[in-house]
Amino acid sequence: MASKPRLLTVLDIVTALLMAAAIYMVFIFAPMERVMGAVQKVFYFHVAAGWAGMLGFFVAFVAGIVYLITKQSRWDRVELAGVEIGLVFMFICIVTGSIWARPIWNTWWTWDPRLTTATIMELAYAAYMMLRSGIEDPERRARFGAVYSIVAFISVPLTFFSIRIFRTIHPVVIGSNDPTAQGTFNMTPAMGQTFAFSLIAFSFLFAALLWHRIRLGKLQEDVERLKLQLQS
Amino acid sequence: MVEQTPPMIQVQKLVKRFGLKTVLRSLDFSVQPGEFVALLGPNGAGKTTFLRILSSLSSPTLGTVTISGYSLPGQAAAVRRRLGVVSHLPLLYGDLSAEENLTFYGRLYAVEGLKARIDEVLEIVGLAPRRRDLVRTFSRGMQQRLAIGRAILHDPDVLLLDEPHTGLDQDACAMLDEVLRQVSGLGRTVVMTSHDLARAEDLASRFDILSRGRIQASVKAEDLPVNGLLAFYRESLRAADSRPRHEVAA
Amino acid sequence: MRTAVTRPAGTPFVRSMLAVVWKDLAAEWRSKEILSSMLVFALLVILIFNFALELDASARREATAGILWVTLAFAGTLGLNRSMAVEKDRGCLDGLLLAPVDRTAIYFGKSIANWLFMLSVALIVLPVYSILYNVNLFNPGLLMVILLGSEGYVAIGTLLSSMAVQTRMRDILLPILLFPVIIPVVLASVKASYGYLQGSAMTDIQPWITLLVASDLIFTAVAFMVFDYVVEE
Repeated sequence: MASKPRLLTVLDIVTALLMAAAIYMVFIFAPMERVMGAVQKVFYFHVAAGWAGMLGFFVAFVAGIVYLITKQSRWDRVELAGVEIGLVFMFICIVTGSIWARPIWNTWWTWDPRLTTATIMELAYAAYMMLRSGIEDPERRARFGAVYSIVAFISVPLTFFSIRIFRTIHPVVIGSNDPTAQGTFNMTPAMGQTFAFSLIAFSFLFAALLWHRIRLGKLQEDVERLKLQLQS
Repeated sequence: MVEQTPPMIQVQKLVKRFGLKTVLRSLDFSVQPGEFVALLGPNGAGKTTFLRILSSLSSPTLGTVTISGYSLPGQAAAVRRRLGVVSHLPLLYGDLSAEENLTFYGRLYAVEGLKARIDEVLEIVGLAPRRRDLVRTFSRGMQQRLAIGRAILHDPDVLLLDEPHTGLDQDACAMLDEVLRQVSGLGRTVVMTSHDLARAEDLASRFDILSRGRIQASVKAEDLPVNGLLAFYRESLRAADSRPRHEVAA
Repeated sequence: MRTAVTRPAGTPFVRSMLAVVWKDLAAEWRSKEILSSMLVFALLVILIFNFALELDASARREATAGILWVTLAFAGTLGLNRSMAVEKDRGCLDGLLLAPVDRTAIYFGKSIANWLFMLSVALIVLPVYSILYNVNLFNPGLLMVILLGSEGYVAIGTLLSSMAVQTRMRDILLPILLFPVIIPVVLASVKASYGYLQGSAMTDIQPWITLLVASDLIFTAVAFMVFDYVVEE
């Protein structure tokens, strides 16, 4: 059984430092937004969590394709890790979005395209977990999981565009000046730096978690194998 | 003397794993054209898994499987055309009549002169009088007969049967044996798994004992004393059990 | 992809596909199980909507498109489940896979049969709805939307139902798997139907039709590419 790789330890430490620095930047370094006040600070981690969530589902999509081609169970572990981590981050993204929306949009929830798409994704990948739990044979579980992770990911842009054709009130902070969007603000350079830094920190966090989860899957399989050997 | 002809079924170093569980461990198996092999073994020995691999429904984890010169799973379509399979389920549509079921499968196999062939097959399995009745209304025995009709419809070179006698009454068993003798008499190759040693001994020309994922022993009918199958079966299993298990870690 | 490999030993694609369609239609002609259950269920859903939403004349105008598609989507899962359960019951799926036919021919055969079932239900539900609520639903635009919308629905539905039927949960799993991914098709169908029923300008309807056609193409192509992996062990 392999011991923890040194590179993973390094990644863990770097991630911890980056996250600590990101928290410092969000709360101390970045200036207070004039109109929205403290609640605007949700924005940095909200977008970063959404980014990490999408990254997770994208990893699962790619791993699903590779699994169907190679039929190697390690890709199934990557896919499952991607979905699980994606689910958690997307959930964080939705919850932080709601916290921000309450004072700014005056409601916990609106049927905005990004919000709705995120929620539908969350449901689709919850369905993915249910599909897996309903199959005993690991080979079939991996195959069906791969197929569904591909179908689910491909439907995401379609879902997004379908809801996009309705009017949106979600602010597009970068590269847009839609006057109807509510809650937009102009980023100062310090805000921009904090935002970019949060994205980087979350990307590292995502990578570290993904690695740990894949390793855990491998260990799980090793334990199963040892158990089987003991029995026979 | 049969060694010169290329084998109809050739299986080498076949391994099948379901996740971490290894069901077939480096199984070797070879059948000459025209042989009737009864595959015997305890429950959980991997008989059904092995038959599913031979019938192209499941692909091998490792090893090679060749049927009639075509390899699995690469040339599956060519193999499928030459295979007839009777599984423990009838593989029939309850809401179609006997004739319609055969028509459907005949189309899938692109059988030439389908109508005449269906008449012929219904005659063989003794269902001609009930050809227009829905399969739903058939007894288990009649469904099994039609399942055999379905399997021989496209005149396959190889017939694979998984426990065909299970759940059949005496008449149906006799009919099944009759059909099997007829098919085998035409020089077709038959592989049948069975629990019923007496019936197997009656029908087959060779007996292979499958246990712990391997063929443990094989004997030809002519080398077996009369009613000697049971003794041979027990002896083979005992020998297999006493052998140390060299587990290959995956 | 394995499906691209030519299989000279295989039965021709269209022939085997039509055989599957014929088989499904013949079996349905006998039992009428799928159509009758879908129809009764669809009519019940419409009745429940009537009481739940207190549909007066103006509310009806707004809600008709939505009610129609919710009804079709719910009745659709019933049909898809039944159509696949038939393949699993007496091991027929194995019977299909044993035959020397392209797996995608089986997929398209099942999809076409399911599509025909859904269209038949729509063809009966439309006049009944028209009579019950005194609205005219015979609108060529709406018929086209039903054709397109149900295509996308069965394209992905047939794929997912052949997975669901091979799991421990069988039929409960299908709607859970299907609805989150089918939203673009249902939404575009509702909006386009609404547009045609209201007599909206073509420029308002066009984006929905475009989205619907795009979804149909993408879903059909994806299902076509991955179906092999759902049935081949």
